Amino acid sequence: MNQSTPRHFVSEEPFDPYSVEKLSKNQESLYLASQWRLMWWKLKKHRLALISGFILLLFYLVAALAEWFAPYDLHTRTRFIHAPPQAIHLFHEGKFIGPFVYGYNFKLDMNTLKREFSPDKNKIQPIRFFCSGDSYRFWGLLESRFHFVCPSDETLKYDPGIDSLNPTPTYSFMSKPQAGELFLLGTDRLGRDLLSRIIYGSRISLTIGLVGIAVSFFLGIVIGGLAGYFGGWVDALVQRLIEVLRSFPEIPLWMALSAVLPVTWSPLLIFLGITIILALLDWTGLARAVRSKLMALREEDYCTAAQLMGAKPGRIIGRHLLPGFMSHLIASASLSIPGMILGETALSFLGLGLRPPITSWGVLLNEAQNINVVALYPWLMLPVVPVIVIILAFNFFGDGLRDAADPYKN
Amino acid sequence: MLRYSIRRLLTMIPTLIAISVIVFVIIQLPPGDYLESHIATMQAQGESIDQKKIAFLREQYGLDQPMWKQYLDWAFGFMQGDLGYSFEYDMPVNDVIGDRMFLTILISVVTIVFTWLIAFPIGIYSATHQYSWGDYGLTFVGFIGLATPNFLLALVMLYFANVYFGTSIGGLMDPRFIDEPMSGEKLFSILEHLWIPVIVIGTSGTAAMIRRLRANLLDELGKQYVTTGKAKGLPPGKLLRKYPLRMALNFFVADIGNLLPSIISGAEVTAVVLSLPTTGPLLIASLQSQDMYLAGSFLMFLAILTVLGMLVSDLLLAVLDPRIRLQGSISK
Repeated sequence: MNQSTPRHFVSEEPFDPYSVEKLSKNQESLYLASQWRLMWWKLKKHRLALISGFILLLFYLVAALAEWFAPYDLHTRTRFIHAPPQAIHLFHEGKFIGPFVYGYNFKLDMNTLKREFSPDKNKIQPIRFFCSGDSYRFWGLLESRFHFVCPSDETLKYDPGIDSLNPTPTYSFMSKPQAGELFLLGTDRLGRDLLSRIIYGSRISLTIGLVGIAVSFFLGIVIGGLAGYFGGWVDALVQRLIEVLRSFPEIPLWMALSAVLPVTWSPLLIFLGITIILALLDWTGLARAVRSKLMALREEDYCTAAQLMGAKPGRIIGRHLLPGFMSHLIASASLSIPGMILGETALSFLGLGLRPPITSWGVLLNEAQNINVVALYPWLMLPVVPVIVIILAFNFFGDGLRDAADPYKN
Repeated sequence: MLRYSIRRLLTMIPTLIAISVIVFVIIQLPPGDYLESHIATMQAQGESIDQKKIAFLREQYGLDQPMWKQYLDWAFGFMQGDLGYSFEYDMPVNDVIGDRMFLTILISVVTIVFTWLIAFPIGIYSATHQYSWGDYGLTFVGFIGLATPNFLLALVMLYFANVYFGTSIGGLMDPRFIDEPMSGEKLFSILEHLWIPVIVIGTSGTAAMIRRLRANLLDELGKQYVTTGKAKGLPPGKLLRKYPLRMALNFFVADIGNLLPSIISGAEVTAVVLSLPTTGPLLIASLQSQDMYLAGSFLMFLAILTVLGMLVSDLLLAVLDPRIRLQGSISK
């Protein structure tokens, strides 16, 4: 059988001319995706940026719920002065107890007058979770005693058992005044828990970057926008101003400005003042970016069209021009947050920035100012760890965000 | 070139004037003046105050003059090398500043050289070995350097230098050399103390510079002339040295302008921790006690130092890159 195949095949089915133009489900979602969605997709591929973003979220969560996360209140003072960090144990002499810490043995060295704490293996203090501890006002409003972690309210006294015939050790409870303590990162010179203070301090240190960047963002967009859109003498003036500001070394200028803040101001006002000072020098970079972008964009046809329709400059800049590169601006702004956090830390460290009772990481580090601390109480330098982590995280996240916001980069 | 240099020098003048106005406003901003806070302290100590003496001092220092007059006096005095009078030290600012300014400059210059020596090879290595383990490792170390606050690093290094090398704590030389004339031993002692501030101040600048150098060199390496060179069969080392590196070098020089403010800032904070005999500790003290002429002179000097550094970097750049000086001479 040799049936020849038809030389020409024509499909009988009705032909839909639009079928070739139809996008597959995937294509459709790609082409119709908003700019922000595209950014998110690109950011998702950037592993390091994603992890950094997660860490940042975590830090801000802890800062927001500082009262719950901190085992002690910010100002709780105990009799343990300059106590070293305690380690968390799970087993005591091979026996599982659950997370606990050993209490301190306190001794005053009569030669050096140094307080010496050492873990006392006989004091077993189980850590409590979801418990009630120091009372506080949540965000200054709600009175509560709830904490995620608290020091134990009893000390298990370990008794090796005098009766040699009965080798099983017995545990007995100590009375209430002997309640345990939990200083995972040690205590400072007033016997305050460092971990709690770092957690509370994150609130100030982390918001100062955000508030500062908001102020500098606003300044940068308005000033850079005016310079870029109008050009001419406005532009020249702004350019000179930026040049002058940039030729100041930052920290001496910050120092001078924060020395201006009156001592009589309330801590909150000082906080705002410092933030604004930090922002006052930071907007220049953003203003430059806005300016150069606007210079290019204002020649576009859609801008001319808006002008012809009688839109005012404010509307053209805000409604038509800025959204075009907003994502890019936000990305580069996120890169200047770490500078502000470091700036606040440095100023407070020098005693020119925030002052107690306001607690920020810089204020905490202020106590680590002399060489004795490094030699005797090195744990007082621990607040630097969150500073480093948060700055690295902001840097990596900002880098990733900037790459993701760049439409010409794959 | 000459025209470009002159133009560049002339543009410095308005910048410096603006800076001097800002500095003057800042040092005037705190309410009251030094005399007022001085009188308050005297009264608190129960000492009687001679109103006549106060009035005399007020007149002497021109504190009763209107603001603009004070500014002009200060600015003109500054130009003639008279920096005003330090109330706190009770002597002319010139004498107080003395060689502190010189030491600040010395530390800044050594730090810049250090930064270059470290950043240059590392930047090139990172760019030519992109995404290798070495690149990742060095970038990470650089980031850590960027993120660690200077002052804390200074403290820790001070401690370890003392423990392991027996370097005396603080200062720029061993205490026994302070009032001695320069000698070999003294120089050695200075060098022994100098490396700590240099490393501490240099780390953040180095990290930033490595990142920028790497990015710039990567841009150049991706260009077509590099591909052409490779296709021609140029050995990689020569190719790198001849073209992309020279392009990246331009930017390297231009970066002094960026580097200098951060180095001077870092130097101020670090100097406080290390109690170096530079401008840092005095600047803070004078700001806190409202010793306005002293604070003003310091701020002004630091700003001038930065502006001069930028000038040098611009001029060097113009020597290196003909496009810049030609653009400068064609007035649009």
